[in-house]
Amino acid sequence: MSEATRLSHGRIRPGLIVTWTVLFIGGLIMISPLAFMFSTSLKTADQIYDLRLIPAAPTLANYISVLADGRFMRWFFNSTLIAVLVTVSNCFFDSLVGYTLAKFEFRGRYFIFIAILSTLMIPTEMLVIPWYLMSSQLGWLDSYWGIMFPGMMTAFGTFLMKQFFETVPNDFIEAARVDGLNEFQIWWKVALPLVTPALSALAIFTFLGNWTAFFWPLIVTTSKELYTLPVGLSSFAVEQSIQWEMIMTGAAIATLPTLLVFLVLQRYIVRGVMLAGLKG
Amino acid sequence: MATIELEKLVKRYGKVEAVKGIDLQIADGEFVVFVGPSGCGKSTTLRMIAGLEEISGGTLKIGSEVVNEREPKQRNIAMVFQNYAIYPHMTVRQNIGFGLYTAKLDKAEKDKRIEAAGKILGLEALLDRRPAALSGGQRQRVAIGRAMVRDPSAFLFDEPLSNLDAQLRAQMRIEIKRLHQRLKTTTVYVTHDQIEAMTMADRIVVMKDGVILQVGTPSELYDAPVDVFTARFIGSPSMNLVRGRRKGSGVEMAPGGDILIGVRPHDLIAHAAVSGRGGFTVTGTVSAVEPLGPETLVHLDVADTPIIATVREKFVPAVGAELTCEAAPGDLYLFDASTERFLGRS
Repeated sequence: MSEATRLSHGRIRPGLIVTWTVLFIGGLIMISPLAFMFSTSLKTADQIYDLRLIPAAPTLANYISVLADGRFMRWFFNSTLIAVLVTVSNCFFDSLVGYTLAKFEFRGRYFIFIAILSTLMIPTEMLVIPWYLMSSQLGWLDSYWGIMFPGMMTAFGTFLMKQFFETVPNDFIEAARVDGLNEFQIWWKVALPLVTPALSALAIFTFLGNWTAFFWPLIVTTSKELYTLPVGLSSFAVEQSIQWEMIMTGAAIATLPTLLVFLVLQRYIVRGVMLAGLKG
Repeated sequence: MATIELEKLVKRYGKVEAVKGIDLQIADGEFVVFVGPSGCGKSTTLRMIAGLEEISGGTLKIGSEVVNEREPKQRNIAMVFQNYAIYPHMTVRQNIGFGLYTAKLDKAEKDKRIEAAGKILGLEALLDRRPAALSGGQRQRVAIGRAMVRDPSAFLFDEPLSNLDAQLRAQMRIEIKRLHQRLKTTTVYVTHDQIEAMTMADRIVVMKDGVILQVGTPSELYDAPVDVFTARFIGSPSMNLVRGRRKGSGVEMAPGGDILIGVRPHDLIAHAAVSGRGGFTVTGTVSAVEPLGPETLVHLDVADTPIIATVREKFVPAVGAELTCEAAPGDLYLFDASTERFLGRS
């Protein structure tokens, strides 16, 4: 704790106590669903309405049963594949378009940027019907491509990357041009490494967004083999007549990659939230 | 190495003509410095040579080949930028080696060139550091190293020392000059600092408003400037100018006269006792003094005209005192008052 947070004679300021108390309560509220999810996943069916956080007789039977269920692993694989591919696609295309809009002078550049930006004003719910019609006409319904295509490139990502590429000094680009690199090499070798914080933020948000995506995958898929985890878990609930311990176990496993991403990339996430001006 | 020829070179931005049909021939191995105030077109000209700006008109030849339509990478030139343009995510070794990224050389040859450049520039011990751990001067050396390894036809420098402090700038001036003497590569150097131009150039190109006012060696520009602008731009402090007229074989101050009398502060000497044999004598009130050690610059008000003179003796005049200064015959520069063109020395 810094000296500034204490009074000169060492006593903690009252304002600080209030802040800590509020933060502590907020933290409890945030963590309690997660704690109950893990707690329930360790309970047997007859224990789930026992609200004790630490189960009387904890068991891993639910985990064994969920992991043994081939469908769950398939959904896990689907979610991973889709989240990874969409993230890679966003990092590639959003940054490429953002770079072009930031660093090249051409007729219509401003119009294109405004057009891309204006799509941010259209809510997803309005886009679902055109997406569905498009998928239907092009034969993309009930396919991985059908799930992924609307998110392969986003206006938000393009905007974020453009703003960051604008901060890259033109001298860097021109020096590379004089050194003989082509425009793609300049983007890849020079510009992209200089916007790593923004790229990390984009990757994290895109991965998390696609990992938890529910609405569009639910609409576009009909085969259970193509369900993503959130869609699969919801169907699981209906089929199993709400077996909470199984649902919570599935949710706990589904949360693990997200938690892992948060733990490993916490620094980037905080920076990313600050950079993107998001609430997280 | 190569010659560089500019023939009626023009750069337009919309209706604005930034470079207005300039002609220049740069010899193989020559060190040419473009100098002039901000917006005079010197950097634009350099960028056209580099291929970073499209040429609106005229012809640019490098090594007797017209390169107007060639990409920067096809011109075999290397450029050092004002902000160094060394990449923060790469080590010094990688930065220097980046100049060879597209070169068809094996790794051993690339490493050899990087080591050689590092040795010449005194960067051997820093090759594995990142730019953040380097001083401004070291960063500039890395930028020069990246240009050097390519063994280009010409080096282009765009105000490379502007971000350095005065001491480092003086040191780097010498280093760049030594490097040029060693490599003998054609060099085009842009600066707004006339001291850099005077100390480094084989020839100086003075530009203003998109045109070349004068091209010459530093001493030619110092001794015979074509006009008032060049005369005042070259030399520090700037040349004093007063209105005057001819009187017999000499000149005298005269408000509203038809000539401008120019005298450099270092030629206008204030003594404790005036000899009376000067070609030009003025008396004024001391408004400020700048002791520089071996000499003192004295700012005088002469009939509301500010004049700077030099005191070489060990006395510092008091502010408010009357002081008479004189310039020897032959140290005066005469200009036409209406056209501001150089008329000759007196």
